[in-house]
Amino acid sequence: MAGTETTPAPGTAEGDLAGLEAGLDALDAVQERRTPFGQVLLHKVLPPVTAVLLVLAVWKLLVVAGVTADYKLPDPSAVWHSLRGLWLDGTLLGIVWTSVSRGLLGFLAALAIGTPLGLLVARSAFVRAAIGPILSGLQSLPSVAWVPAAVIWLGITDSAMYAVILLGAVPSIANGLVSGIDQVPPLYLRAGRTMGATGARGAWHVLLPAALPGYIAGLKQGWAFSWRSLMAAELIASSPDLGLGLGQYLENARTDSDMPGVLLGILLILFVGIAIDLIVFSPLERRVLRSRGLAAAR
Amino acid sequence: MAPALTTGGSARGAVEDGAPAAAVRIDHVHKSFGRPGDRRSVPVLDDITLDVRPGEFVCLLGASGCGKSTLLNLVAGLDRPTAGTIEVPGGRPALMFQEHALFPWLTAGRNVELALRLRGLPREARRAEAERLLDLVRLGGAHRKRVHELSGGMRQRVALARALAQNSRVLLMDEPFAALDAITRDVLHHELTRIWSETSLSVLFVTHNVREAVRLGQRVVLLSSRPGRVAREWTVGLPQPRRIEDAAVADLSVEITEELRGEIRRHGRH
Ligand SMILES: Nc1ncnc2c1ncn2[C@@H]1O[C@H](COP(=O)(O)OP(=O)(O)OP(=O)(O)O)[C@@H](O)[C@H]1O
Ligand SMILES: [Mg+2]
Repeated sequence: MAGTETTPAPGTAEGDLAGLEAGLDALDAVQERRTPFGQVLLHKVLPPVTAVLLVLAVWKLLVVAGVTADYKLPDPSAVWHSLRGLWLDGTLLGIVWTSVSRGLLGFLAALAIGTPLGLLVARSAFVRAAIGPILSGLQSLPSVAWVPAAVIWLGITDSAMYAVILLGAVPSIANGLVSGIDQVPPLYLRAGRTMGATGARGAWHVLLPAALPGYIAGLKQGWAFSWRSLMAAELIASSPDLGLGLGQYLENARTDSDMPGVLLGILLILFVGIAIDLIVFSPLERRVLRSRGLAAAR
Repeated sequence: MAPALTTGGSARGAVEDGAPAAAVRIDHVHKSFGRPGDRRSVPVLDDITLDVRPGEFVCLLGASGCGKSTLLNLVAGLDRPTAGTIEVPGGRPALMFQEHALFPWLTAGRNVELALRLRGLPREARRAEAERLLDLVRLGGAHRKRVHELSGGMRQRVALARALAQNSRVLLMDEPFAALDAITRDVLHHELTRIWSETSLSVLFVTHNVREAVRLGQRVVLLSSRPGRVAREWTVGLPQPRRIEDAAVADLSVEITEELRGEIRRHGRH
């Protein structure tokens, strides 16, 4: 029968609806398209490369124009020579690794402390009233302010470095988790409750996964704070027995009035901070957000 | 404890005072928000008495804001009545929210599996059972799909599968199809009545759409507004594969709509 669409007979209602349903689903289904490699290159790689080249060009221009003395603003090539020198000495990777390993280890410790602390603040009204404001206040305290105290307590040691990292990163991580939990839509919690997810099961199956985006934002910021705090600590509390990290390298270059070295130190610190973020945290964040449909595929 | 009142006082047709008389028993329930004694606290529900018999499909109808969601939340145990009692002898009911309330960090299949897991089903059985439930709502291929990759109608169907996964004796549904287009809604009505007739599920279905209520329910209960009271109820005697465009459905809808209009008009006179 050709006329089923116009005159639905009662006997074919079932078949009618099944057909309708398939049609609706086909219409509804999301179509996803992968961006071609050339597009990625054009939209993701080209802009930052252009920006860096532009900065280098302006820098070079300023040097050529002789805006200021050579020892204040060295030629870009002088910085390049410093880098090459470090590489040929075989010390470059060692310097970077000393700082990066300290930073990551400190970050992991901050993670281990900040996570339960955040949970406690988010879930207990008493703890929140007691230390919540202090915890968010600590975020605005520059962690470099802790360096003198850490040095007096612990001496110029690795422990002092870690103490400064912890004081900088723990509040960020804890606060990230707290705001992640606070922003969980109540609907999810109610849905969980009707399914029997209460107490610890509710926390594990509903609350924590729902709070994950806020938590990861906290981790990201926690890393930035770890790295910043560590560099401050290395700069101020540098000592030969500590092993040469990026902060000490920078401080040594300053005492030697080695401006290319100073600039190289700054650039390396910047580079490491960006690299860890790009390698670890941004992909993690993107994955979580995208799997929830929270980030448009840009 | 409040004195145990028998259901005999209500104007409803005779319910046998036998063993499992009700799947849901709502007994003289009052609900107001805000602290008791606070002058701003207005009663939302006033003396609601309503039973859902085992295997019955009851539609709860009322104007927006009359307290339908509030009542369902009370039955689901998400909130407590100010006075009166609610009993659900068969254990925790499943609740399907107006918004799908699926967890976006899980795939469609995992959402269903989570409900199975919380119900205590062992790991090996979960996967197959989730497949079965998704098939039941005709979403067999959607197991690995993310929630945001599904259309509104598909999401509601996954939510239905998740609610069914709880294996509750009672299913509470809060305007589950309100946001859908007429055709999709039609399809889901058909599926819901099919699933209901194949199981011994009791359903309390909230809607403000009169035709939907008549299309689905064995009984339609009209709530008045401010405060919410049971205004009237109808028994729908039509046999079940109904369609929303059936003449008999339309006739009864007209009658109920007239009554609903009257209810709403009553407020305008004050
Ligand atoms: N948590 C709350 N606090 C105070 N008032 C509330 C609260 N929840 C609901 N109300 C009030 O109770 C009344 C009934 O709300 P409810 O959500 O139950 O209405 P509804 O019948 O489900 O309406 P709709 O059809 O629009 O969903 C409304 O007037 C609302 O303002
Ligand atoms: Mg509602």
